Amino acid sequence: MLTKRVIVCLDVRNKKVTKGVKFKGNIDLGDPVDMGAQYYHDGVDELVFYDITASAENRSIDIEMVKGVAENVFIPFSVGGGIRNLDDMRDVLLAGAEKVSVNSLAVQHPEIIRDGAKAFGNQCIVLGMDAKKTDLSSQFPSGYEIYINGGRKAMGIDAVEWAKKAVDLGAGEICLNAIDTDGVKNGYELTITKMVADAVPVPVIASGGAGVPSHLAEVLTKANADAALIASMVHFGTYTIEGIKKELKESGVSIRESWSL
Amino acid sequence: MITIVDYKAGNLTSVKLAFYEIGQAAEITSDPEKIAKAERLVFPGVGAARSAMQNIEDLGLRGALSGFLNSGNPFLGICLGAQIILESSKENDGTDCLGFLPGTTEIFQSTKDVPLKIPQIGWNQVDFKKHHFLFNDIPSGVEFYFVHSYYPFPANNEDVFATTEYGDTRFTSVLGRDNLIACQFHPEKSGKAGLQMLKNFCGWKL
Repeated sequence: MLTKRVIVCLDVRNKKVTKGVKFKGNIDLGDPVDMGAQYYHDGVDELVFYDITASAENRSIDIEMVKGVAENVFIPFSVGGGIRNLDDMRDVLLAGAEKVSVNSLAVQHPEIIRDGAKAFGNQCIVLGMDAKKTDLSSQFPSGYEIYINGGRKAMGIDAVEWAKKAVDLGAGEICLNAIDTDGVKNGYELTITKMVADAVPVPVIASGGAGVPSHLAEVLTKANADAALIASMVHFGTYTIEGIKKELKESGVSIRESWSL
Repeated sequence: MITIVDYKAGNLTSVKLAFYEIGQAAEITSDPEKIAKAERLVFPGVGAARSAMQNIEDLGLRGALSGFLNSGNPFLGICLGAQIILESSKENDGTDCLGFLPGTTEIFQSTKDVPLKIPQIGWNQVDFKKHHFLFNDIPSGVEFYFVHSYYPFPANNEDVFATTEYGDTRFTSVLGRDNLIACQFHPEKSGKAGLQMLKNFCGWKL
């Protein structure tokens, strides 16, 4: 039976893993390669690295970091945050990443999904999407709107419609981040996650809002997500991967159990 | 020395890095002569069967691959490399493949009763059906990482070494015969169990 995945997200800024903390700004947590390797040994199923300042600084992703991760981590990992074109995608994949993630770029230039899928295969292309609740209308039949640039710019596009279009173009997976629940630690946004998961034939990764292990169990069972993304839950040592997986198993979620032999 | 066959079907960096991790030198090549004379051959790949077969013909690798197989040295197929070793694939309305083992490649079906995400992406249990050297020190039922829409369907039961269940389909996840062994999952992305399998491959003597 296919198991549900627990994915740890590492936001990278100035070569350090960083996490935004309310009223304190960003604090540095450590080296991305070391942290990725530690999570790998702890039994995480997949990793995501976002170079969160690459776009703003108009530079490509730190390829040395990607290479460092690939030399130390033998599970799938994806990289996003500064993909500008097919060349950037190629560099990241050749450095050893399993997948590339595109978000704002794909909304502004949807053809990048098609071109990337054609060049490297659908399974390599993850669509990251940021959705925020809005009023139901003919423009927003799902009641959720797509935002770009880290949730700062509303795009007037319906979230479920965009997910379906991206999959038609060739996205092999969707990472759905709910802006309203992100950082609140009160649980994932189940409504939009379920709508997207039921609407597309590819796996959906839920993101934004995990505070305790039962939140993961909830989104993986009630909202039909295939994977759950976490960050601060483990970055600050509040929970371990093993502890989270133990609770998921006790809740009846099928998970990968044997990461050490 | 591990020789990794490059037939322009996907990125082979992670396969090479996994062998480095277990202390094995590995070389990526499209050279038919090097492939035919390799000590141990790894035949990976992702993507579509038809373009893969076309690339194999264009690069002149069909003879090199069967030449290597006849040498009796260990051959490991991975993912697409576990599919196109069969006689044909259902991809693109039927594609003739290498025919190293009798059988075909089938596609997962999503039905109303059992809706499936296709491709299958993620970790799934590999249940051993009989022992193989590659399984040394790995318990049956351990999860490995899969990414695929098609799966191998060998004609003979004796060629099935492990199976895996997705939806209501139980498919062959490890198949082989004599010096040929192939897995549908990606051992290079399957954590410690995957690295152990690659280590076993390096020690496999026939």
